[in-house]
Amino acid sequence: MDPNYAPYVPVVIVTILVVGLAAVILLLNRMLGPRRPTNIKSIAFESGADPVSKPRHRMSVKFYMTAILFLVFDLEVVFIYPWASRYRAWLADDAFAPVAFGGMILFVFIVTLGLLYEWKRGAMDWE
Amino acid sequence: MSFGELVLWGLVKFVAIVFGWVMLVATVLTYLERKQSAYMQNRVGPNRAWVMGKKFPLSATLGQILADAVKVLVKEDTEPPRGGNPILHQISPALALVPALLMWIVIPFGPGPMPGAAGENWFLIADVNVGLLFMFAVMSISVYGATIGAWASNSGFSILGGLRVAAQMISYEVTLGLNLVGIFMIFGSMRLNDIIWGQGELAWGIVLQPLGFILFMVASIAETKRAPFDMPEAESELVAGYFTEFSSMRFAVFSLSEFIAVVAVAAVGVCAFLGGWQIPWVATPVDAAGVPIYGWITVAQVAIFLAKMVFVIWLQMQLRWTLPRFRYDQVMKLGWVYLLPLSLLNLVGTAIVMYLVR
Repeated sequence: MDPNYAPYVPVVIVTILVVGLAAVILLLNRMLGPRRPTNIKSIAFESGADPVSKPRHRMSVKFYMTAILFLVFDLEVVFIYPWASRYRAWLADDAFAPVAFGGMILFVFIVTLGLLYEWKRGAMDWE
Repeated sequence: MSFGELVLWGLVKFVAIVFGWVMLVATVLTYLERKQSAYMQNRVGPNRAWVMGKKFPLSATLGQILADAVKVLVKEDTEPPRGGNPILHQISPALALVPALLMWIVIPFGPGPMPGAAGENWFLIADVNVGLLFMFAVMSISVYGATIGAWASNSGFSILGGLRVAAQMISYEVTLGLNLVGIFMIFGSMRLNDIIWGQGELAWGIVLQPLGFILFMVASIAETKRAPFDMPEAESELVAGYFTEFSSMRFAVFSLSEFIAVVAVAAVGVCAFLGGWQIPWVATPVDAAGVPIYGWITVAQVAIFLAKMVFVIWLQMQLRWTLPRFRYDQVMKLGWVYLLPLSLLNLVGTAIVMYLVR
């Protein structure tokens, strides 16, 4: 077995087993538990009152803004990860150390400018 | 190892780690949390379920866990309200449980071979070299369970909870990920085993990255939706948030996966910042090839890992009953306006210090 792929064999096995475990737990409950659906039970819970509006109405645009921000910054984190795990090794090389250092400082600086812009445009204000 | 051996050890480790360790800790936690919150509110808490009615150590714990398990299994598994989606409603608890358990694949709770040494690590399921990246990838998936469950319920409270859980979890995930970057830079690896060995040689992560540790703790409480960040399931405003319309085992699976995630994030915090299985001032005995010599010291190391983990979880529980809940706009503002810039600052500061002292 190629040592690069060997650790992923248990990952695949455990994924299958965990999915199976979740399915067994939920199906067991379906078999053991009673099933007595009534008209009242199939009304959405709203503190005892009849629901007056449809729940799937339009939502605030802020959630959408948050999702966009997340995409940008999570990509940034993924971009930083490989650099971070090599940084120490690169610092040992005198010729490459300033490049490794300066490049990421520049990157983080640009990202921070983006964050500041979002902040000033009010993307993070939830009043 | 050959393919067959890998499959065999995968099975054995799955049974040992998932049932003997993760499920055990998480189910004991469901009891401990109720008991601890009861003591903090000057109540007695659950004290009626005893094994055979006998009073011996752990009898009440065991009795309560068994009683809960039997109870949730034989309760009615209700359909979602009219207009909901029964299929998504059925599979969403599984979508929450699977990522929570998969997070445990890469967490070592005992000493493995030293960095660079060949050898098998017996204390985790798979020694993936991008360990923490894998963990964060899996953690990102866990938001789907709650969101899909909320949408499939077709109930006002559920939808509000689902929106909140989606926005909150993705916001704090960024901070959680960025705070570990400092650790990666110092120890030069994403494998938790290497990071823990590095902490034994150098110093614990909490000493090297104090700001990172604090930010990580805050973000991890928010990521696991615990008080004071329990906006998605705020019982005084949203009944139970995204799992309002769930009953019996589906409800239990949601809360169990939340507890498993709590333990997993606490374990990552222990591995990255509190030295993992390292005992202070005690060196791990290794042979010439760099593989640890297993003995009584290994038992002590696993025990101390558990002790550190329980300490972190205890701290989170303590915070839960000490601090009042945030308002939702405060949660989002804290995440994006304070924690994210601070973690970027931590990252840049670490880079500068490492560059100056190289």
